[in-house]
Amino acid sequence: MGFELNKESYSGGIKAISIGKGDSAITVGGESCYPFHTFEGDMPNKPVVAMEIWDMEPEDWPEPVMAHFKDVVADPAAWAKKCVDDFSADAIVVQLKSIDPNDKDASGQSAAETVKKVLAAVNVPVIVWGCANPSKDEEVLKIIAEACQGDNLVLGPVEEANYKGIGAAAMGYGHAVIASSPIDVNLAKQINILLENLGMPMDRLLVDPTTGGLGYGLEYTYSVMERLSMAAMVQGDDKLQFPMINNLGNEVWKCKEAKQTLKEAEVLGDPEKRGIMMEAIGAISYLMSGSNILVMRHPEAIRMTKEYIDALTD
Amino acid sequence: MALTGIQIFKLLPKTNCKECGVPTCLAFAMNLASGKAELDSCPYVSDEAREQLAEASAPPIRPVPIGKGVRAAKTGGETVLFRHEKTFYNPTMFAGIITSDSAEADVDAKLKAWNALQYERVGLNLRPELVALKDVNGDGVAFAALAKFIAETSEFNLVLMSEDAEVISGAVKAAGFKRPLIYAATADNVDAFGKIALENELPLAVKSDSIDGVIALVDKLGELGVKDLVIDSGAREVKQALADQVAIRRAALKGGNRSLGFPTIAFPCEMASNVEMEGLIASMFVAKYGGIVVMSDLTTEVIFPLLLERLNIFTDPQRPMTVTEGIFEIGNPDENSPVLVTTNFALTYFIVSGEIEASKVPAWLLIKDSEGLSVLTAWAAGKFGGDDVGMFVKKCGIMDKVKHTELIIPGYAAAIAGDVEEELSGWTITVGPREAAHIAGFLKSR
Ligand code: B12
Ligand code: SF4
Repeated sequence: MGFELNKESYSGGIKAISIGKGDSAITVGGESCYPFHTFEGDMPNKPVVAMEIWDMEPEDWPEPVMAHFKDVVADPAAWAKKCVDDFSADAIVVQLKSIDPNDKDASGQSAAETVKKVLAAVNVPVIVWGCANPSKDEEVLKIIAEACQGDNLVLGPVEEANYKGIGAAAMGYGHAVIASSPIDVNLAKQINILLENLGMPMDRLLVDPTTGGLGYGLEYTYSVMERLSMAAMVQGDDKLQFPMINNLGNEVWKCKEAKQTLKEAEVLGDPEKRGIMMEAIGAISYLMSGSNILVMRHPEAIRMTKEYIDALTD
Repeated sequence: MALTGIQIFKLLPKTNCKECGVPTCLAFAMNLASGKAELDSCPYVSDEAREQLAEASAPPIRPVPIGKGVRAAKTGGETVLFRHEKTFYNPTMFAGIITSDSAEADVDAKLKAWNALQYERVGLNLRPELVALKDVNGDGVAFAALAKFIAETSEFNLVLMSEDAEVISGAVKAAGFKRPLIYAATADNVDAFGKIALENELPLAVKSDSIDGVIALVDKLGELGVKDLVIDSGAREVKQALADQVAIRRAALKGGNRSLGFPTIAFPCEMASNVEMEGLIASMFVAKYGGIVVMSDLTTEVIFPLLLERLNIFTDPQRPMTVTEGIFEIGNPDENSPVLVTTNFALTYFIVSGEIEASKVPAWLLIKDSEGLSVLTAWAAGKFGGDDVGMFVKKCGIMDKVKHTELIIPGYAAAIAGDVEEELSGWTITVGPREAAHIAGFLKSR
């Protein structure tokens, strides 16, 4: 008798969730096996790569990434369009950096205008990511939810401190949400349950486990994602069967080694290649632990990651 | 499969002589079963029982030592499928290929370049450990000469790649002292390769084009008495390679399959057309069960991120890396030097101390025990609160070492400034930058 695979017995799967509007909608999740374990289950929808754009000009992006966006960073709509047209972004993440009370403290209205412009410029799903200040995010995301009624946005991060307000707005105006918790299975479950009890339709939920950068906490996120997948699929916990999103580019490109110039760190070699590899290798690590949506920054890291996803799925 | 306490008990002398340190043979058996005792503690086990126990208690995936010297390491020895279930023990080893038709001068240059690929992080020296010397023309003399050259002139250990027994024999004579891995025994050469490995006590890789083929080879070598094996299932496209890695690891750990209880070797170098794409493939093998990963070249832009990933994946999840609480002197500080405080998470400490050092401004760095948590995490968990930090500064003894009364706290901990000030009456609390990268500029501009 020949060798036989010791198959995992799955009792659950990740829900397939559609994000975006009309013919620009895409479906994420839906797998009934561990990441890319298609020898024992199905992974009907490939993980996707969303590209991030900022609602204000980034000041601390290292030159090797900035170079690709110089012409558009002042105009979020043009920036988003470039990501889709030139770099095949599957979705756009608008990072609302401008609203941070510790920074520019911009208003909900101005953020909503930016989001509307982006929506008009692209035909892919648009995800709106707050500044991780719970009360400011609640205030702003509520305004955006209303202003973009029916546009099927994805709004996040939604935390225990602000789920009621953002959840209600998302329900009322037809958006999806990203339930966010700091690297902890129980907290991840809790925020999902809170949203469910609030009445949030569970086919409009994504999970943000909180993302650590490569060499800066990746291992914690990696393991919590594996534990979430395990709970969802092997233990069949239906409170955890949601696609996961990792805000990766933001973490990788803020770390020191991704920013240093050749002169500052000769041993690390070409700064652009190095940063690309740090982002892409971080992406593969998270793909292997169950990411469904990767939020990324450098076009070449994105191209390589997508090529890899194709190789693992086709 | 591991034996139960009762099964082990049946093999013990049952005299309850207590020499093993516990009152009864049964208690000792229970301890053995749960890994809390060593068989050697009982002086009276029969040889026969010893053999049975050793077999049964052998790790499900054999740890295979490769190489000699500072880059010697073990591969294999893993006990879980997911790192959170316990930990992964033996980090994936990285190899770069050198072909046997290379001129010695070129090899010398390459070894120098590769040797520079060393990175200090959290007190560790991260580096690739292997050179895979690949026979490309059957020239055994040249192959042996390069093997010797690499073994003698560099810290790198070796994978000797040839399917020609004569070529391998020659290289083993020249470089066997460095405990190279021989790659690979195949269906065609298994007897000759098994003999070389056995006689020279060297680890041997098997290569086939299927897992069934691997099992046949492993079993045959097992009969010959070769114990240190490494597996190549032959898959050269990523999808199949991932499936094989998972199948092999599961078979060993869940199925108790002894024929697959060995570390694996994988070849991104044969799976992509550029070294960057190889890097992505390698990163999959770091996460999913590659024991040794062979790249066509080692370049800093690719290997550094891979080493970071490896460090992350192979860190023990149950024990955050920490440093001890206390006062750390950076660059001979004196009574006027600035005082900074941070947590005892190793990553935080090494990043911050590295930046202070780079600033060339002598300083005192206070490390407060925060149970190995980063600044924000510790703060959120109540392990880096204002009163704690204030109290710690008072007690740690820094006040005897400096004349001034200023404490610099991490930018991310700005919220505790008021409470620290209250606790440390008379002191000025300065909120430093958020990111450590700005510490040098901050210290220099003061
Ligand atoms: C990994 C991680 C964890 C790991 C722990 C890792 C560890 N050993 O600390 C785990 C999973 C255990 C964890 C747990 C929790 N976490 Co956590 N975690 C993270 C994560 C992803 C990365 C942290 C990290 O390792 N950073 C790297 C280190 C090097 O950073 P650092 O110590 O801050 O050091 C930098 C700077 O502060 C500066 N610096 C350091 N010292 C000094 C000193 C001076 C003088 C100066 C000038 C500068 C300076 O230099 C360094 C480099 O720039 C962050 C989110 C993120 N992406 O950052 C959340 C985060 C820190 N966690 C958070 C929370 C809430 C928690 C929990 C409380 C959740 C919970 N309720 O259980 C628990 C608490 C732990 C517990 N109860 O035991 C929150 C904190 C929110 C807040 N603003 O208060 C964060 C920000 C996530 C979030 N957005 O919600 N976490
Ligand atoms: S030393 Fe051996 S024989 Fe004596 S009690 Fe312990 S296990 Fe039994």
